[in-house]
Amino acid sequence: MDQPFFNLIFSKDWRPLSGHFGLFPFIISSLWVTILALIIAGPICLFSAIHLTQYAKTYVLKIMHPVIDILAGLPSVIFGVWGVVIVVPFVSEHIAPLFGKQTSGYTIMSGGIVLAIMIIPFVLNILIEVFKSIPEELTEVTLSLGATRWMVIKNILMRKAYPGIVSAFGLGLSRAFGETIAVLMVVGNVTLIPHGALQPGYPLPALIANNYGEMLSIPMYDSALMFAAFVLLIIVILFNFISRMVIHRMFKTM
Amino acid sequence: MKRSKLRNAEELFFRGVMIISTSVIGFALFLILWSIIKRGLPALSWEMLTQTPKGGFYFGKEGGIANAIVGSLYLASGATLLAMIIGIPVSLYMNVNLHKRKKLVNSIRFLLDVMWGIPSIVYGAFGFTFMIYFGMQSSLLAGIITVTLFIIPIMIRSIDEVLVSVPNGLMEASYSLGSTRSETSYKVFFRQCISGVTTAVLLSFGRAIGDAASVLFTTGYTDHMPTSLSQPTATLPLAIFFQMSSPIAEVKERAYASALILTLIILFISIVSRIISSKYQKNKIKL
Amino acid sequence: MSGNPKIVIKDVNLHFGKQHVLKNVTANIPEKKITVILGPSGCGKTTLLKTMNRLTDLYHNVKITGSIHIGNDDVLNTKKDITEIRRHMGLLSQRPYPLPMNIFNNVAYGLRISGRKSKKYLKPRVKHYLEMANLWEEVKDRLNDPASSLSIGQQQRLCLARGLSVDPDIILADEPTSALDPLSSEAIENKFIELKNQYTIVMVTHSLQQARRIADYVIFMYLGEIIEQGPAKEFFNNPKEDLTRKYIKGLFN
Repeated sequence: MDQPFFNLIFSKDWRPLSGHFGLFPFIISSLWVTILALIIAGPICLFSAIHLTQYAKTYVLKIMHPVIDILAGLPSVIFGVWGVVIVVPFVSEHIAPLFGKQTSGYTIMSGGIVLAIMIIPFVLNILIEVFKSIPEELTEVTLSLGATRWMVIKNILMRKAYPGIVSAFGLGLSRAFGETIAVLMVVGNVTLIPHGALQPGYPLPALIANNYGEMLSIPMYDSALMFAAFVLLIIVILFNFISRMVIHRMFKTM
Repeated sequence: MKRSKLRNAEELFFRGVMIISTSVIGFALFLILWSIIKRGLPALSWEMLTQTPKGGFYFGKEGGIANAIVGSLYLASGATLLAMIIGIPVSLYMNVNLHKRKKLVNSIRFLLDVMWGIPSIVYGAFGFTFMIYFGMQSSLLAGIITVTLFIIPIMIRSIDEVLVSVPNGLMEASYSLGSTRSETSYKVFFRQCISGVTTAVLLSFGRAIGDAASVLFTTGYTDHMPTSLSQPTATLPLAIFFQMSSPIAEVKERAYASALILTLIILFISIVSRIISSKYQKNKIKL
Repeated sequence: MSGNPKIVIKDVNLHFGKQHVLKNVTANIPEKKITVILGPSGCGKTTLLKTMNRLTDLYHNVKITGSIHIGNDDVLNTKKDITEIRRHMGLLSQRPYPLPMNIFNNVAYGLRISGRKSKKYLKPRVKHYLEMANLWEEVKDRLNDPASSLSIGQQQRLCLARGLSVDPDIILADEPTSALDPLSSEAIENKFIELKNQYTIVMVTHSLQQARRIADYVIFMYLGEIIEQGPAKEFFNNPKEDLTRKYIKGLFN
């Protein structure tokens, strides 16, 4: 590849026909969708994990277990269908008007919502394990100091679980970053740098998926896309690696 | 006591938030399943299940998704089988022969876990690269190989988890066949693992059949029933993917039907795995 | 037994799902003495201890009947906020469980949550309780170090200081020395003997020798029931029940 590395990542020009391969808009789109997904999924997972491990009665757990497993097993395309059928109209009819904007619904926001639901089972399972690994006796001794259940959670458990929570989110982030199909179906696939969540975007995996056909006919296209795949791979592996190391260390010291 | 009133209010508020969070998750699943069933059920018919799309999958109004159903079954079965052939011996090796070398085994596990997290599109992209390199065209075989690579970490780690829970002596004793004592322990060992291994296989099959990104480049898509390993083949995930965006209603119907079939397959696998694991849980020897 | 009992336990039955863990437990815990709950593992002694400050609330399928009176309050059936009642009872666990904070904050936590936050108020009190636990000299220069940097014996003393900081009347100790080396165990035992002048101490143990060493009053449990209870001297020299005799002889554990 004779394109300088810097250009490839930071150039905003994506005109494969004229040999310009700036990956910047796609990286930004990916970031937008992923961070949005994390913002939506994060609190839901955290509060749900606390609820399920600290407060919920046994029958709630019995119901939620299969729910989480089924959600985890559903293929990406199925989430995509749900996205097109329910989320896109929802964004178009209910969310956009809240902000005074007009949109078809095929936006970063839709991508974020769908992605959030997809990473929830994953992150939730890790968070549940993290909270379960904290010895119950710690709760007991803190209660004996006159703390309420909620104070125990707020002051003690969250502190102990902190590294685990961070890694769970890190792993969720890497999972979200690499997710292709479902996001692709709802996100609009327009090559520009999105300036708001209600604009369409074009995340990195979508780029790879959409253009594999033309890859061979246009010079350097395939290398650029391969490079995109490579960048994706590196980011995901890095996140994965770091998050898992943190979890490893955390479980070791308990 | 103002302080404790504030505290109680805070606690109550967050408990509400927690219940809402958990309900949101349950509600989301319900919404997803409901939307698939609502759109997919009316699209199901005998023709849908037994015919191939007529007039091209993207434009043709007649016909069904039989090719995708059969294609997916071939693909997933092939990949799962290959993954089993590679995965089971590897897991066994990890747990028996390498039992003493904890560090090595744990590094392998860590590596596999990281591999598990690699998005399928990366496998697809690299699979495609190799295809080009070897001058292959999109084919069922290329798809099977790519998907096999994709599910191998899942297969190995899941079986590994099962084997780890087997008490130590049992594993060694049954591995060394040749005396009556180890024959009984082999039977016990087998019975204890079989449910876990079956669940692992089912799980891998589920992932293999549902994934679109890994087959997108490597297996292609056609209107015909799969006839050979070297031809492109239709699969259910791609059937959904390609036909969802069509403006033609009948084509979209095929997409919804495919989505329903795929979802039903996954749900079926889920339920069966649960039944198997709970049924055999009683007979397990706990550490 | 002289004076009013501090804790009056009456007809307590505890079910864990289908398991009948505590059977018709009736006992009196004397004030300002060391009461030892003795028995082989699994006899329910830890459960009884935890019932006294209703830590059993943490489990979901627990059913308790009966009453436990501390002063005028029936812990099991009170309408009052249980956290207030719990503050009267400090808990020391089998293994030390320091809070995930530095040494100073560990001891200060109890005070902080009852509303006192100023450093001026906290400093002398933290020192006082650390001294009471015989830990002050060893940590006075590193109050900001994480509690996890202490040795196990020191951590247990830290937990003791922490428990004392909320000014309880009662100390509940669940086999507090079982994870410690003999030297640290002895330190805790001696501390308890000192403290009984100010606090009522209820200690669970499965060590007969420990009971002999420090108990004033003994409650012997087996399979969820109280077999025998009474002043330590009587218990060890003149046991009334056959089972008790067997246990003291070390015939089962």
